[in-house]
Amino acid sequence: MSILVDDETRVVVQGITGGEGKFHAEQMIEYGTNVVAGAVPGKGGQEVAGVPVYDTVAGAAREEDADAAVVFVPPAFAADALFEALDSPVDLVVAITEGIPQQDMASVYKRLGETDTALVGPNCPGVITPGEAKLGILPGNIFSEGDVGLVSRSGTLTYQVVDSLTQRGIGQTTAVGIGGDPIIGTDFVDALERFEADTDTEAVVMCGEIGGEDEEEAARYISQYMDTPVAGFIAGRTAPPGKRMGHAGAIVGSSGTGTAESKINALNDAGVPVGDTPEEVADHIEDFL
Amino acid sequence: MKLHEYQAKGVFADAGIPTPASQLAETADEAVAAADDIGYPVAIKAQVQVGGRGKAGGIELVENADEAREAAERIIGMDLKGLHVDSVLVEEAVDFVNELYIGVTMDRNEGRPVAMVSTKGGVDIEEVAAENPDAIAREHVDPAFGLHPYQARRAVYDAGVDRDVAGDVASVLTTLYSLWDDRDATETEINPLMVTADDEVIAADAVMNIDEDALFRHPDLAEMEDETAGDELEAKANEYGFDYVRLSGNVGIIGNGAGLVMTTLDLVDYYGGEPANFLDIGGGAKAERVANALDMVFSDENVDSVVFNIFGGITRGDEVAKGINAALEQFDEIPKPVVVRLAGTNAEEGMEILNTDLVEVQGTLEDAVQRAVARAEEVDQ
Repeated sequence: MSILVDDETRVVVQGITGGEGKFHAEQMIEYGTNVVAGAVPGKGGQEVAGVPVYDTVAGAAREEDADAAVVFVPPAFAADALFEALDSPVDLVVAITEGIPQQDMASVYKRLGETDTALVGPNCPGVITPGEAKLGILPGNIFSEGDVGLVSRSGTLTYQVVDSLTQRGIGQTTAVGIGGDPIIGTDFVDALERFEADTDTEAVVMCGEIGGEDEEEAARYISQYMDTPVAGFIAGRTAPPGKRMGHAGAIVGSSGTGTAESKINALNDAGVPVGDTPEEVADHIEDFL
Repeated sequence: MKLHEYQAKGVFADAGIPTPASQLAETADEAVAAADDIGYPVAIKAQVQVGGRGKAGGIELVENADEAREAAERIIGMDLKGLHVDSVLVEEAVDFVNELYIGVTMDRNEGRPVAMVSTKGGVDIEEVAAENPDAIAREHVDPAFGLHPYQARRAVYDAGVDRDVAGDVASVLTTLYSLWDDRDATETEINPLMVTADDEVIAADAVMNIDEDALFRHPDLAEMEDETAGDELEAKANEYGFDYVRLSGNVGIIGNGAGLVMTTLDLVDYYGGEPANFLDIGGGAKAERVANALDMVFSDENVDSVVFNIFGGITRGDEVAKGINAALEQFDEIPKPVVVRLAGTNAEEGMEILNTDLVEVQGTLEDAVQRAVARAEEVDQ
């Protein structure tokens, strides 16, 4: 079992004719993902990475039964691409694009709430169910099949932790990169709910970072509703207030809101051990299993 | 991107929000001329992008030309909370009976904008929010419809604003929301919005922060960006296109991906060192970008050692290794010791390519950070 994606997920790649879209469509196919189509306005009828391209997502959904979209559309046009995916409709949208204007995302978020579609991202590495499918840009070779779920706001930090797990022989059910933007679709609680419901996930890693209150909300959810053990990591303990640390959402408020300390305390209070180093997170997971 | 007070006031005034008479001055002479022109008393206000200017000595109320000159000479060129003051705004002093707060920002937890009003103006609103959250009236906004006029009125009445000025305050709030929306702001704020004895409202301060990711839609605002407003190295990083934040320690840090770079900073601290910077070279970095990153960190004189940590997804270890070699081979002597850790895509190829006469290679993140901390201590002694 797994969450969000598996070997039956039928993927349409929005922006497949661009450099990144094409490269990662090929990588996804090579990993074994069931990529069935691309969607790019004006490019219908072409073939890219061995799959047919449609002018619209609706066309790809109709003709190829696509039920998930991966978005590699540049920031200025990404919100429109997301609205299109939400209205097509597909069950899952994974938005890789970094740098979508915040107000565009607020509009998308509003529309998202009116649909049954799950959005992962934007500004994220995507979702992978090892051995079955990857939707996004994650390097497939470091993942392995197993029992641990992983949810993270950061791409490369995810790779770091997964690598530690894989090297200890601990595989993953699904890894979800939820993205580093202030407004995202699937948040920690949404992902944790899915892992809790997944009978194969025996433990969960959550990697948070400074900014917002998503980790605090996750801590409340864990203490009230979760039986599956969770180990955490929070990046940004040394981040100064008022500075955006790479991710648009990774910022400690000038009067000290969204700090690593607040998140670590909330998780500890919920019984979640938080590693001081990525290796310590893997230690905690090893203890759980 | 933050606008200076005078820039934000210009945008607000163009939209019809009442602001005091004011002129920008870059020298004491200009400041005195402006003050004479406006008429005393005036406020001399440092134009730096940081809150709490008044407390830090960046704002002074003056009664005559001598005082104006003295204040301007003191404030222009001063160092205010680490920022250099290049100019002052000379502004008509407003005689007020009340100070309000109004603002619009993105509530990231709700995923939609929120308009706020408080009668506790003139102090840091985040402090008010922490200590007395009920003192702020909030209206969440559906981005599809914008702030309805009734919402602006409700916020003003809920906050307990004096009935005689409620209509005017609601109207300013509506304009402030429109500006927020039209100009892709992340924040628009008037604090204080002053109420005078004859029931006029006037924006005595102005904050407008623009979403950098939306600047492509607002070339006029992009032109207002003051690249000298922050740190010199931060300006250089901007040119190179790096996400960079300068800190005060001596271990330089280069990595890929925001979360992993933050983690590397945290580990430097955890192992007893002090991080000098955050530098994310981004995904898929090629050799030239790697060399630029090293140049950035080497040019920070506080840096005693460098840790270079790459976990390759789309970034390839062999490309990074070539970049590090190329950058370091230019030097007769390596300016600061560099510890490298490569993992992920083509990491093994990368480690073989790395010239170990020039850099120290470590296999794990933890080991690399501990070595860099140790090397920095050696250099420091």
